Amino acid sequence: MSAPIEADEVVDARGAACPGPLMDLIGKVRTADAGTVFELQTTDSSSSHDVPEWVEKAGHELLDIVEHDGEGYWSIYVRTA
Amino acid sequence: MTERIVVVGGGTGGCVLANRLADDLGPELDRGEVELLLVTDSPQHVYKPAFLYVAFGERTLAEAERPVADLVDRRVRLRIGTATGVDTDAKRLAVAGTTDVPYDHLVLTIGCQLVPEETPGLAEGGHHFYGPDGAETLRDALSEFTEGHLVLSVIGVPHMCPAAPLEFVLIADDWFRRRGLRDDVEITYTYPIGRAHGIQSLADWATGEFAARDIHLETFVNPEEIDPEERIVHTMEGEELSYDLLVAIPPHAGSDLVSEAGLGDDGWVAVDRGTLEATHADGVYAIGDVADVPTSKAGSVAHYEASVVADRIASRVRGETPTATYDGKTVCFVESGLDEATFVEFGYGDEPAVREPSRFVHWGKLAYNESYWLTARGLL
Repeated sequence: MSAPIEADEVVDARGAACPGPLMDLIGKVRTADAGTVFELQTTDSSSSHDVPEWVEKAGHELLDIVEHDGEGYWSIYVRTA
Repeated sequence: MTERIVVVGGGTGGCVLANRLADDLGPELDRGEVELLLVTDSPQHVYKPAFLYVAFGERTLAEAERPVADLVDRRVRLRIGTATGVDTDAKRLAVAGTTDVPYDHLVLTIGCQLVPEETPGLAEGGHHFYGPDGAETLRDALSEFTEGHLVLSVIGVPHMCPAAPLEFVLIADDWFRRRGLRDDVEITYTYPIGRAHGIQSLADWATGEFAARDIHLETFVNPEEIDPEERIVHTMEGEELSYDLLVAIPPHAGSDLVSEAGLGDDGWVAVDRGTLEATHADGVYAIGDVADVPTSKAGSVAHYEASVVADRIASRVRGETPTATYDGKTVCFVESGLDEATFVEFGYGDEPAVREPSRFVHWGKLAYNESYWLTARGLL
């Protein structure tokens, strides 16, 4: 099992409906330095495809998507370009 | 001992709430057991959905405003002033230029702010219809626009009136066709995520409408900077989009008052989404745009939330256990042109059905625009 990713900044968008989680992430990335690692916490299942899609289009790096079994949310890790 | 209820904000939420409370607590107000104060920074109440029509010359700004004093019950004390802070421990509201206002129940319904300056070049290079001046300036620009590329770019999400950007391009399409200019005007709509709207069913419906009406759809567009000289939108995704007339939904922001009072991050009040009671303070509620709930920033939301909070506060004043809760109910008309509309209705987590647009629903919207003042008075 790989070591958990250490995020520089956690974006807690749990409870927010689409497009809240992705927009919360975009808002933070907008002002972040290159190389910043974000953990986006989301309870919205659609985040698992729309976040990676945007990350790829914007040229950032998707590090991992971790589902927290029993807790009902996902952590999506992104490193800014 | 007199219970003091203070409502901050004279928009839809504030006016509906103050009037509902005056109605629910009429006897207590008459006996002096309750005081009800509405603090608002403007003597005028504005019906913001009218701005969309102003941009197309269909309404005037004068039709969108009425004095708050004419809309609220005579038992509501009205103070025109700017709230500057909340001490949630001492339960006191600071209002500029006057002594602090003590409260037992405080409701924040202070809306949100437009912050176009967050996108460099936007204020100089783009138009909007989210405020009175912007709507009038856009009206003049549209009336002179006879050919070229019209771009509607949704920059700020969340934003007020969730369907308004879709409505704008659909009305613009119809408006230019009727004026015989549509072949000379290219229309593009951009949205920051991977579809045309945050609500999936609205996105699906709009995508079909756009395709049928030759409106270009660009997704994953997050403007980073506008070049007003070259008329180019530079995006976070590394792309460029040229325009002749840019209409943007500007970034929106919450309130410093909220952050400084410790009521929520980024200026939005953290609340229980059912009771609308603040998470970080007793006796504080938030409704309307400033409340951080997972639904749209729409007037109907403020309206329904106001009814819930009025019920809950009235119950507490009477020593009863409040039972009213907000279920996320949201209703939005969606104009699909100059004489047809549809509407969506949904609650928390629901996916609304989008019905076929009709003249009947458009007339319903026009009728609502006229009867809105009854809503503000708490009658509808």
